[in-house]
Amino acid sequence: MLSHSEASENFIADAERTDWHDETLWFVRAKRDNASKVLPEWEAMREHASQIKDHTLANLGEYLQAFEAKAIANGIHVHWAADAEEHNAIVHKIIAAQGSKTIVKSKSMLTEECHLNDYLASKGIEVVDTDLGERIVQFRNEAPSHIVLPAIHLKKEDVGETFHQHLGTPKGNKDPQFLTEAARQHLRGHFLASEVAITGVNFAVAETGEFVVCTNEGNADMGAHLAKVHIACTGIEKIIPKRADLAVFLRLLARSATGQLITTYSSHFHKPREGQEMHIVLLDNGRTRQLADPKYKNSLKCIRCAACFNTCPVYRRSGGHSYHQPVAGPIGSILAPNIDKKANADLPFASTLCGSCSNVCPVKINIHEQLWFWRQDLMEAGLAPAGKTIGMKLMAITLANPVIYRIGGSLMRRFSSLLNTNLNPWYKQREMPVAPKESFQEWYKNR
Amino acid sequence: MRVALFVPCYIDQFYPQVAVASLELLEKLGCDVVVPTDQTCCGQPMANSGFASSTAGCDANFSQNFVGFDYIVGPSGSCVLHLKEHHPSEKIRNSVYEICEFLTDVLHIKALSANFPYRVGLHQSCHGQRGLHLSSMSERNEKPFSKLQDLLSLVKGVEVVMPAREDECCGFGGTFCVTEEAVSVKMGQDRIKEHDANDVEFITGADTSCLMHMEGILRRQGSKVQVKHIVEILNHA
Repeated sequence: MLSHSEASENFIADAERTDWHDETLWFVRAKRDNASKVLPEWEAMREHASQIKDHTLANLGEYLQAFEAKAIANGIHVHWAADAEEHNAIVHKIIAAQGSKTIVKSKSMLTEECHLNDYLASKGIEVVDTDLGERIVQFRNEAPSHIVLPAIHLKKEDVGETFHQHLGTPKGNKDPQFLTEAARQHLRGHFLASEVAITGVNFAVAETGEFVVCTNEGNADMGAHLAKVHIACTGIEKIIPKRADLAVFLRLLARSATGQLITTYSSHFHKPREGQEMHIVLLDNGRTRQLADPKYKNSLKCIRCAACFNTCPVYRRSGGHSYHQPVAGPIGSILAPNIDKKANADLPFASTLCGSCSNVCPVKINIHEQLWFWRQDLMEAGLAPAGKTIGMKLMAITLANPVIYRIGGSLMRRFSSLLNTNLNPWYKQREMPVAPKESFQEWYKNR
Repeated sequence: MRVALFVPCYIDQFYPQVAVASLELLEKLGCDVVVPTDQTCCGQPMANSGFASSTAGCDANFSQNFVGFDYIVGPSGSCVLHLKEHHPSEKIRNSVYEICEFLTDVLHIKALSANFPYRVGLHQSCHGQRGLHLSSMSERNEKPFSKLQDLLSLVKGVEVVMPAREDECCGFGGTFCVTEEAVSVKMGQDRIKEHDANDVEFITGADTSCLMHMEGILRRQGSKVQVKHIVEILNHA
């Protein structure tokens, strides 16, 4: 697996595509700016949402139990999964009871986190992703590169070629409307045939036992309304106390994610219709561990709007796949080390700590501060790249001692031309600063 | 007013003119400036690399040099932010100022004798902007303001122009600039492209590290555009 910096270098090698990727996502960020700045109450709303989430996380156990009781009373089957494995086994058991071989699934980053598609494939069950972007990357055997815009790394030419290969559209046709219609016809067959539909969950309401799924394509509704069995998969952090809280979250979510005033479909699933089976699987998978750590607890407030992706100058120029995790970008970089420190030790360093993410976040997660904390924890866990620890210790000794510092500084200035080599990553595409004869302190002494 | 001048290590070694301009400017404005001569580094390079556990020596040396001062003023938003957020001494945390915020918020400067007849692009450094709130930020729904622009408006002749994306990061990011070299350089090139589109002669800002990074790219490109720290402009006769 390539590290973030290696994968980014490959991504940037195609400068034109990188610029296009950067500009496309910046356009989304600008739409979000417009949608947020017309609301005088925007900052108050962020604060309100943040406090609702803080309160919910502080009482998560109670709210989860309240949700469970209401959902059961509504006729929903409630399942608890400690980790990805258990989650997948639960979903499989429900599908197996139906004897279904193909099922439809609307967008769910949680099932990406659990690698549900691969697991079900290994059991002989085909999952058809019905979100257009997800279907595109599924055809290509790729992971989504963005949690809201899964195929944002692809251009319409790429989609045309993919559909030509998988749906038989004419070679060279890259007309978005034509291609969308082709996908629509293709998916319709699956919607009609599928007996089981899986959806994600945006909000689960403790007060009522209902859950809300937001999509722009209506694909979650299409799947759930046609299928005999609806399975909704959610992280335990998606709980909110009251239905009235949706007034805050639905507004923040759509405006932050795409600059829309409201998501096209905000569907409330309250109870199964007659003859339908409805299941909800509540997953922990490290979330309670995150909850128990005061430094990182705040990250569980995330509503998966991806505003931090769109604003991140590093994400825009390195693409989602460089983060080698289902959830990329700044939020992914603080969630992933909680699941696997070693595999994700590079991610908290894939940031300049510019702080844009924390200020764009609709629920005020201090993302850039958590990146900083993760850096400390990962280095303390001994996960520094070769040579870094010794380099840092030498630097710390040099900079803590004025005498060594002065000698070191003077040597560095005198021999700075030795650093003009491609072994020096700075010098690859930048000139070194011109070393002055005198340091400021030397000048000051003779002033 | 007695002020201790904090000169970050890389400014001391590679950009002494920024420290000279800071010293002269503060003196011109009537401050009694003391330069502690055994100062070195704020510790940020280690801390942001995940080695905050190794900064005790730097922290102690900083305390030793700056003990007893009510105003510690430095020409680097990033280093100042690090001290404000992470130095173990509360007294130090509360006494350290980035030089622009010191000029606007403590000295309340209303006039300067500076003259700089050039077209200048302003770079908002993230740590100064979002960390120290030297200016409003595009992410927030807040009233626009800029302490840097307020100060530059006191300089005769200068024409300040903002890049299209007013507050995008330049990609320096401390050790990020070498560990994530490709992204870092791309970010810097993209910033410069926007300043070039404005036909600027200089790029200025309140953080020499960002300027050093962009200067490295400009010089590699053979560009005529130069960088200058904002205090060099505020002190320019």
